[in-house]
Amino acid sequence: MSTLLEVSGVSVTFDGFRAINNLSFRIGDAELRAIIGPNGAGKTTFMDIVTGKTRPDEGRILWGEKSQSLLGMNEAKIAQAGIGRKFQKPTVFEEQTVFENLQMALKNDRGPFSVLFYKTNPRDQERIGELAEEIGLSDQLYRKSGELSHGQKQWLEIGMLLAQEPRLLLVDEPAAGMTPAEREHTTTILVEAAKTRAVVVVEHDMEFIRRLNCKVTVLHEGSVLAEGSLDHVTSNQEVIDVYLGR
Amino acid sequence: MRKSFFAQNPSVLIFLAILGLFTLGVTVMSEAYGNGAISTSFVKTLGKTLCLAMIAIAMDLVWGYTGILSLGHFAFFGIGGYMIGMWLMYARTYDIVVASLAEAPIPPTEQELVDAVGNQIFGVVGSSEFPLIWTFADSLTIQLALVVLVPGIIAGVFGWLAFRSRVTGVYLSILTQAMTLALAFYLFQNDSGLRGNNGLSGLQNLPGMDDVPQALISVWFLWASAGALALTYLFGAFVVSGKFGSVIRGIRDNEARVRFLGYSVETYKLFIFTATAMLAGIAGALYYPQAGIVNPAEIAPIASIYLAVWVAIGGRGRLYGAVIGAIFVSLVSSWFTGGQAPDINLGFYTVKWVDWWLIVLGLSFVGVTLFAPAGIGGLVDLVTNRKSPDRHGADLGPDAGALQEKEALE
Repeated sequence: MSTLLEVSGVSVTFDGFRAINNLSFRIGDAELRAIIGPNGAGKTTFMDIVTGKTRPDEGRILWGEKSQSLLGMNEAKIAQAGIGRKFQKPTVFEEQTVFENLQMALKNDRGPFSVLFYKTNPRDQERIGELAEEIGLSDQLYRKSGELSHGQKQWLEIGMLLAQEPRLLLVDEPAAGMTPAEREHTTTILVEAAKTRAVVVVEHDMEFIRRLNCKVTVLHEGSVLAEGSLDHVTSNQEVIDVYLGR
Repeated sequence: MRKSFFAQNPSVLIFLAILGLFTLGVTVMSEAYGNGAISTSFVKTLGKTLCLAMIAIAMDLVWGYTGILSLGHFAFFGIGGYMIGMWLMYARTYDIVVASLAEAPIPPTEQELVDAVGNQIFGVVGSSEFPLIWTFADSLTIQLALVVLVPGIIAGVFGWLAFRSRVTGVYLSILTQAMTLALAFYLFQNDSGLRGNNGLSGLQNLPGMDDVPQALISVWFLWASAGALALTYLFGAFVVSGKFGSVIRGIRDNEARVRFLGYSVETYKLFIFTATAMLAGIAGALYYPQAGIVNPAEIAPIASIYLAVWVAIGGRGRLYGAVIGAIFVSLVSSWFTGGQAPDINLGFYTVKWVDWWLIVLGLSFVGVTLFAPAGIGGLVDLVTNRKSPDRHGADLGPDAGALQEKEALE
C-alpha cells in the first residue's frame, strides 16, 4: 500500500506551549485509522496542520504520489488537492437546504466564474440523490438543514465530505451526541468510505473505535505514544497510564 | 425538475412589472410627456431615488448576502459621478468658450480654446492648468469607461489587500470607512484636481442640448435610471439564485467552512466587492447629472452609513428589501428634512422635524435591528408564508397514503 499522507517531525508551539512535538504519522491509500488521546494531546491541532489552518514551526508534510508539500498551501488549495475535513461540531449551512449544501460540496470547478454560470445538470442531480441515500436524508433534500436533528446534521456533513470526493477524510468526533442507532449508521458510512479512500477518525469513545475495527494511533502531549490494533494499544502500559488508567 | 429562472425567482417579474408601471405612471404625469401633475424637479427626485435603489442592491449583495459590511460603497458612487461629471463639465464649457470666441477677430487655436476652458473650470480654485486626471475629459467614451473602471480598480486593489490579510467583520468596516474618509479629504483639497469643495457643477446641462428643456431631460434620465435599476435587479437575482449565491451566503454564515470545502473565500469576496463597486459607479454616473452637482461632501462616510441603514430597514438578504429601504427611507427623509412635515407643538416644546428626523431615523434603525431583522421586506413573508409550501412532490403527511401534493393542488 502506497503512502498517501506523510507527516514527519512536525512541531508547533502556541505561546510557548508545545501542542505538537516532533510528530510523525503516515497513512496509506485506502486505510481507516483512528486517533485517540486525552484532552490536549494535539488531535485537533494535528488536523489543523494537515488542512492548512495552522502552520507548523518545523517538519514536513508530503501528499500523494508526487510527494507534494502541503506547507505553504492555503485551506482552499489543500481541500482541492483532496483532503476533506469534518469538524467536531456539525457545521452545515443552516439557512440552506440539504440539496444546496450537497451541491456546494460536490466536486466541481471552484472558480467564481464557473460557479456563477453553473447549472444543475442531471449527472450532479443524480449524484446528490445517491449521496442523500447513503446518508439517509433522501426525504429531507429540500428542507433547510437548520431544521435537521443533530445526528442528521452530522450525516449531512459527512455527505458533504463524500461529495467533495476527497482522497483523505479527516473526521473529528463523528459520533458525539448521537443515539446508538445513529452511531451504527455512522460506523457503516465510515467503513464504507474507507474502502476507496483514506479515513482518519478522531474519537474519544472506545466502543465506537472498537466497531470501526482498524489500526489505532494514540497521541499524547503532541506526539505518537503507540500505534497498532486496539487490543495492542490498550494493553500497552504507557497508554494505560496516560489515558485509560484515569 | 429544473425550473426557469423566473419561476425560481418570482420576485423578479413582480419587481420589473412594478418598476415598469411606475416609470410609465411618472411619464404620463410628467410635464414633458403628460399632464404635468408631477413637477420636473420631482421627476428628478424620483429618478435619483431609482439610482439610490440601484446602489442599495449593490450594498445588499455585498452586505446582506456576502456579509461584508462595507462602509465605502458610497465613495464608489461619488467617483462614478465625478467621472461622468468631468466630461459633462469639460464638453459644455468647451461649447461655451467656442461660442464666445467665435466673434474674436483672430480665430483661436485649439490650445487657446483648451486654456480658456481650463481657466473657466479651475478659476474657482485659483488655477487654470488641467491636472493629469483630466487627460481624457474630452472623450465621452473614455470617461464612461472610467465610471466603471476607476471604482473597479480602487475596490479591486483595496479588496485584494484587505481580504488577502483576512481582515473581517468590524475591522473591515472600519478600514472601508477609513478609505472613504481619506478619499473625501483628498477631494476636499483645492489641488486635488477636482475643484476641491466646489466639486463639479452644472451637470444637469447636457453638452449640445442647450435647446432641450430640463423637463424632457429629466424624463430621459428617469427612463435610463429605471432601465439600469431593472438590469441591476436581474443581475443581482442571477448572482444570488444559483450555486454562486449558495457560496456567498455560506461565506456570510461560516467563512471557514467554505474554505475547507475548497472555495477560495478571498476570491469570491473580491469578486463581489469589485462588481458591486462598479455597479455603484454606474448608479452614481446616473445620479449626479440629475442632481446637478457632485462634491466631496457626497463621499463623506456618513453617506455610506446611510446606505447601510436603508438596506437594514428595507431588509437585508433580499433584493427587493434593499430597494424598498432605499426608496422609502430616502423619500421620507427628503420629506422630513425638506421642511414639508408639519411641526408638532407640544406646548412646552416644538418638535421641528428638520432637527429631529435624524433621531427618528436612528431610533428606527436600532428598532429594526433589534425587533425586526427582516426589515420592511419581511412583511412580504407574511403573505408568502400563507401559501402552502413547495414540497417537491412529497407526501403532505407522515403516514403512508397521506395526501399527495399533486392531489392537494387539485
